[in-house]
Amino acid sequence: MKRVLIVGATSAIATACARIWAAQGCEFFLVARNEEKLDQTRADLIARGAKSVTIHIMDANDFDAHPAMIDSCLTALHQIDISLIAHGTLPDQKVCEQDVNVALKEFANNGTSVIALLTLLANQFERQRCGTLAVISSVAGDRGRPSNYLYGAAKAAVSSFCEGLRARLFKVGVHLITIKPGFVDTPMTQGLPLPAALVAKPEQVAKSIVAGIERKTAVLYTPGFWALIMLIIRCVPQAVFKRLNL
Amino acid sequence: MSAPLFSWGLYPAAPQTAHGCTWKNEVPQQLDCLNSEFGSTLAYGNGRSYGDSCLADSDHVLHMRTLNRFIEVDWQRGVVTAEAGITLAEILAVAIPRGWFLPVTPGTQFATLGGAIATDVHGKNHHVRGTFGNHVRRLGLQRHDQDLLTCSPLETPEMFAATIAGLGLTGVIIWAEIQLIPIKSCQIDSSAVRFDNLADFFALSTELDHQHEYSVAWIDCLAKGAQAGRGVFFVGDHAEYGAQTVEERSKLFVPITPPISLINKLSLRTFNEAYWRVHPARQTHKRVNYEPFFYPLDRIDHWNRIYGRQGFQQYQCVIPQPVAEVAIRELLSVIAQSGQGSFLAVLKRCGEITSPGLLSFPIPGTSLALDFPQNKHLASLFARLDAIVHEAGGRLYPAKDAHMSGKDFRQAYPAWERLEALRDPSLMSRFWKRVTK
Repeated sequence: MKRVLIVGATSAIATACARIWAAQGCEFFLVARNEEKLDQTRADLIARGAKSVTIHIMDANDFDAHPAMIDSCLTALHQIDISLIAHGTLPDQKVCEQDVNVALKEFANNGTSVIALLTLLANQFERQRCGTLAVISSVAGDRGRPSNYLYGAAKAAVSSFCEGLRARLFKVGVHLITIKPGFVDTPMTQGLPLPAALVAKPEQVAKSIVAGIERKTAVLYTPGFWALIMLIIRCVPQAVFKRLNL
Repeated sequence: MSAPLFSWGLYPAAPQTAHGCTWKNEVPQQLDCLNSEFGSTLAYGNGRSYGDSCLADSDHVLHMRTLNRFIEVDWQRGVVTAEAGITLAEILAVAIPRGWFLPVTPGTQFATLGGAIATDVHGKNHHVRGTFGNHVRRLGLQRHDQDLLTCSPLETPEMFAATIAGLGLTGVIIWAEIQLIPIKSCQIDSSAVRFDNLADFFALSTELDHQHEYSVAWIDCLAKGAQAGRGVFFVGDHAEYGAQTVEERSKLFVPITPPISLINKLSLRTFNEAYWRVHPARQTHKRVNYEPFFYPLDRIDHWNRIYGRQGFQQYQCVIPQPVAEVAIRELLSVIAQSGQGSFLAVLKRCGEITSPGLLSFPIPGTSLALDFPQNKHLASLFARLDAIVHEAGGRLYPAKDAHMSGKDFRQAYPAWERLEALRDPSLMSRFWKRVTK
């Protein structure tokens, strides 16, 4: 059965993915900040059929803690078949515009910490010569929009990093999938005035992520219609784009 | 951000604003916030109850659906502990492959565990297993400004009894521990036979109910005269052999709500006639999967939309056994005369097993349930039906109701005052306000 590492394991999308893998009898190494939430997630996955679940408390922004986490993960799983990087926050753009510290902190949450983790994991996967790195980026990374450009910039960094890393790892039989969800009904987006028709359930997104990993998709827009929306948005010329308040 | 929530009947049209909670320890704070901001709130599960019992008086609900984790499972004893927002379908998905099944299931598997307890649902096996509440071992109840309370029949009998069928008013059900029943296969040995009139239904029920785990009848609510009360009787038992797998069924869905109801006199008469005719005159056996047997309508997503924008009401009553036949004949005759009603008309004999719930609906007798598209003539029809039910000493099901009078409710459920005394003041539903104020 597959051995799965999830960073940001208590997030809604990660949980929904983990439940699908649990039903297949996978082994898990779950990483998140909150022990109580990790405990509850572990109990749930065990009940749903997971073969084993090890939990590890870590803040992804604590870069020095990354190597020890990966060591523990390898001790528990021996090999990583799927590594899902799912942690993140949704920054308040207005605050980021006023406070450099907040802006850089949020950039680290969503960008730098992912790059740091992927750098270490890539070397592990390169040694393994198998497995899949699944990284949750965002449609927001496709274009810097005035309402959300700090988050967008962090995700753009992740997406570009992933594109290069995918090409490097492809040569050794390792796959990397960049996942770009649109609006998803999760605690992260709670209270935002999003158009209800465009908001997907985490379960629906998880299903397509799990399928995308199986199919070795390179870049996965989920739900699929976001590929079309983002294609249109990417085509909007600067002269028009700078006048919009997207 | 998320779309407004409604009850399953889409009537009354009172959109509810959802306030989510993802972790169980967030509930006290959420309760606090909602209470101070809106006066009161109500836990909302997956929106499968029909009337206004799942709608908050403040129209701001605590959306429990994301509280859907398993807490502990014991496959040796078949005991499952899970958070209240988990659906019965999610429980079945893990229980069936391990040889266990829900002891009692309503006609949809998309109800939540908390909702099943708060409305004390019953199923086709009421005559042998009682209600859902009969199988709840313990539950965790969060009351405003209090610590999480563990309720069980022995430790906290009063609060436990008030919470089973308590319409979510005694506190927010956070988790529950239930006892499952062992099965050897996910298939059902079922049989169907049609009957020509109401007397035959009662004869069949007397003959077959005690031989089978499950029994229920569909009834043609438009049939008049000699055919009045004709229908199809279904019985079933868990098969002794067969697969124990849960497969994802292909689903149909109703994409939009049509402006008017698709259920009208013509479509209904045609449908009922055809449905009655396709069923055999002699008892015929068949082995079917559990899903089409228990949850035929779950196959169609949003089937509640077929009644149009006005929505619909379900009328479900239970009539005490001694007068059941007379009263149900009268009810059916009034309904057939009105020409209203729907394809979904169900007769079911309820057994003697008492639920622990104070306000549990079933009593020994016969229950009749049918849906009516909402329209302006419905009130007068319901008034006539209510009079018959009242006269017969029967009662209506609060979880399905959007119309019963406070007087009828208080008379039919004299224990309501005990529930009111134990109600968490921060919780109030539109239903409770309507029938108690």
